[in-house]
Amino acid sequence: MAVDRRKFLKVAGISALFGLGGKTAIDIFAPGQLEASMKNEVPLVTKEKKWAMVIDMRKCLEQQDKEKCKSCMLACHREHNVPEFGNIKEEIKWIWQETYEHVFPGQHNEFIDEGVNHKPFLALCNHCENPPCCRVCPTKSTWKREDGIVMMDPHRCIGCRFCMAACPFGSRSFNWSDPRKAPKDLNPDFPTNVNYPTRTKGVVEKCNFCAERLAKGQVPACVEACEKIKVHALDFGDLNDPDSEVRELLHKRYSIRRKAQLGTEPKVYYLI
Amino acid sequence: MLERALKGSPGYWKLLISLLIVMGAGVICYLLQFSEGLKITGMSRDISWGLYISQFTYLVGIAAGGVMVVLPYYIHDYKAFGKITILGEFLAIGAVIMCLLFIFVDIGNPVRMLNVIMYPSPRSILFWDMIVLNGYLFLNVIVGWNVLSAERKGLPYQKWVKFLAYVSIPWAFSIHTVTAFLYAGIPGRHLWLTAIMAARFLASAFAAGPALLLLLCLLVRKVSKFDPGKEQMRTLGGIIAYAMILNCFFLVLEFFTAFYSGIPEHNSSLVYLFAGLDGYSRLVPWMWTSVFFCVVALVLLIVPATRRKEKTLALGCAAVIAGTWIDKGLGLVIGGFIPNPFHRVVEYMPTFPEIVICLAIWATGFFVITILFKIAISIKEEVDA
Amino acid sequence: MYDGGKIIPGLIIGLILFLSPFIYNAGKAGKAPVPELTAKAKEAKECVAPKAYMTAWHMQLLDNWRHEVVRDGKRYFDTNEDLWWDYSLDYRLLESWRRLTTAGDDRAPGKPGKIYYKSLQATCMDCHSNKSKFCDQCHDYLGVAPYCWECHVEPKENN
Repeated sequence: MAVDRRKFLKVAGISALFGLGGKTAIDIFAPGQLEASMKNEVPLVTKEKKWAMVIDMRKCLEQQDKEKCKSCMLACHREHNVPEFGNIKEEIKWIWQETYEHVFPGQHNEFIDEGVNHKPFLALCNHCENPPCCRVCPTKSTWKREDGIVMMDPHRCIGCRFCMAACPFGSRSFNWSDPRKAPKDLNPDFPTNVNYPTRTKGVVEKCNFCAERLAKGQVPACVEACEKIKVHALDFGDLNDPDSEVRELLHKRYSIRRKAQLGTEPKVYYLI
Repeated sequence: MLERALKGSPGYWKLLISLLIVMGAGVICYLLQFSEGLKITGMSRDISWGLYISQFTYLVGIAAGGVMVVLPYYIHDYKAFGKITILGEFLAIGAVIMCLLFIFVDIGNPVRMLNVIMYPSPRSILFWDMIVLNGYLFLNVIVGWNVLSAERKGLPYQKWVKFLAYVSIPWAFSIHTVTAFLYAGIPGRHLWLTAIMAARFLASAFAAGPALLLLLCLLVRKVSKFDPGKEQMRTLGGIIAYAMILNCFFLVLEFFTAFYSGIPEHNSSLVYLFAGLDGYSRLVPWMWTSVFFCVVALVLLIVPATRRKEKTLALGCAAVIAGTWIDKGLGLVIGGFIPNPFHRVVEYMPTFPEIVICLAIWATGFFVITILFKIAISIKEEVDA
Repeated sequence: MYDGGKIIPGLIIGLILFLSPFIYNAGKAGKAPVPELTAKAKEAKECVAPKAYMTAWHMQLLDNWRHEVVRDGKRYFDTNEDLWWDYSLDYRLLESWRRLTTAGDDRAPGKPGKIYYKSLQATCMDCHSNKSKFCDQCHDYLGVAPYCWECHVEPKENN
């Protein structure tokens, strides 16, 4: 069958993406799915998927012991033009570190393993299956997609901050002022990603599991950053696929989720 | 009837002008907020709702409190309250206007406010809150205006007005129940996650609303020829007493569950509010002051001698307002955010522009109430003559 | 006229105030906007849609795009499939005839057209990277300030 030049370039480009993304990209997207999704009627890279993240804290903490690693956080914030304000009042964070006893407040005990006590754990939006933030939004500017990602529509958000009150995990940040007016000394090359918008003052933002990267067949920026430094602590995949890496990990090792008793069904799992 | 607001004593004009000055200062501060963003307030990532929403919560209660004169009159035929139902309705109008203004100044993107109507989300309680608040405002304006016009003309008001008055009674209960539902269904904020949130809200509303109405009636008696009546004040005093007892009882219930169960999630907010947590105790003096006012209020309102004397009754009402304002207007909303979901304490301190905007909105409410009361009183004075 | 001495001057002052913008700007006609295309844009020959459509409807197109991208997850635009029914009848007739009589054209109905990634920053401004000489020309003339740029990053221009 004759292949014209455009089709060749398309396939070559996508294969290059697969090559750069490494094993994980192929794991997530079956061959032909990405191309087919460009047909647009149904976004096939996300059809019938249930995206989740598994954080192997053992590997992460190992890396933390070697150096105060912030690769995933820097990658995320750079990719999405998240400004740095330098104070907890105005801070905006999509993925960050908090100590074990604060990420899992109900789990702490006096005699706990020194390997986790006071150690930095990652916190981000859990993209719950039953998200209270989406229930309370009066304009549906935040909603759960079919593929499980809790999306933010900054065009529609009125900034009422009800979602921030409703989130049991403190995952959401608000733009108290224009992010472009963040202190220049803390944000020297803002915006760090000219292909992604900033937000305006008065809207809520949070981790979006890099939905725009997923649409192009790439893994989230934090996962890619962790892979680049060969730590592989962050795994991202489809819970609906029994052969996916995330399912394998969850099957092999004990995992916990934050505040699981609240019934929000978070999809960020921690392997201790 | 509006022209009656244009004739008044020098004292009346002085009041209106001083309120306008406060409102003007608020407008200037709001313009600053509109251009700079909400960073000029004391709110933060961890305390994402502050003075604005807490004032809104308190004022919904005041608005609902008007039903405590309307209900006995329309349903129990307590004719004595017929004199002051209009004042209750006008107080409700002023309070609801303040509520709507507080929501408006709290929104991060007010130009997109109509999105709530354009993209209705029935699963969100805020959507229903918008509907019931605006509906209640609408009801009170229509019923109040028609009843007052009828009184001025010396004619009985129409049947449909009475029907709307009946509708406004459960509606008043609904506005505060819906506002309570904003808080009571949030899984991560344990100070709010209580089944009796709506009951607490209603009890404090029915204490604070009538208390404010009573104080305004006493003021009306002083500055005009219209006398709301001694019997009405006594009955109102009784209603306030019962509502306040219920309110304080509910607070004790909260304490019992929180501390007898011993669950840290359940009691850490109360510990922060009343004793301080992790060394942070900014709200502790406020909460104990509120307890003091509530106790004073209970004593003055329960003891018959003090309840029947109008001077001490007025003091009791002032104590009710002070106590409930601190409890609902500061403790509840801000306390709900402390400790944050990571069990850390971040404190809140309102900024100067924020306080000015709050005062300006209160001034707006009182401006509206002054004008509406002036109209009502001048008509009643005329009819009585 | 009763009180004529107050009314007539009042009317004249009112009229002057009403006409003041025109009086102020008398004789200062603004320069007609001349949007300039970049070399890349000229090379592409056509935008995601025909020029006539884009000139009139680019704002609606972007509005639809932002809804489809963010809310529906439909991030790709097909020049043949999408928008066809938004074009005027005469355009559709002429275009259908042109496609039938021109062989091998990728704009033929039924064949996939050019696929674009729906993005103001990454696609539109990639070609039209001279915002101040292109977009702003008409926008400034008409006094239109779309708030898109509050969030979407403007392309860096060398001037």
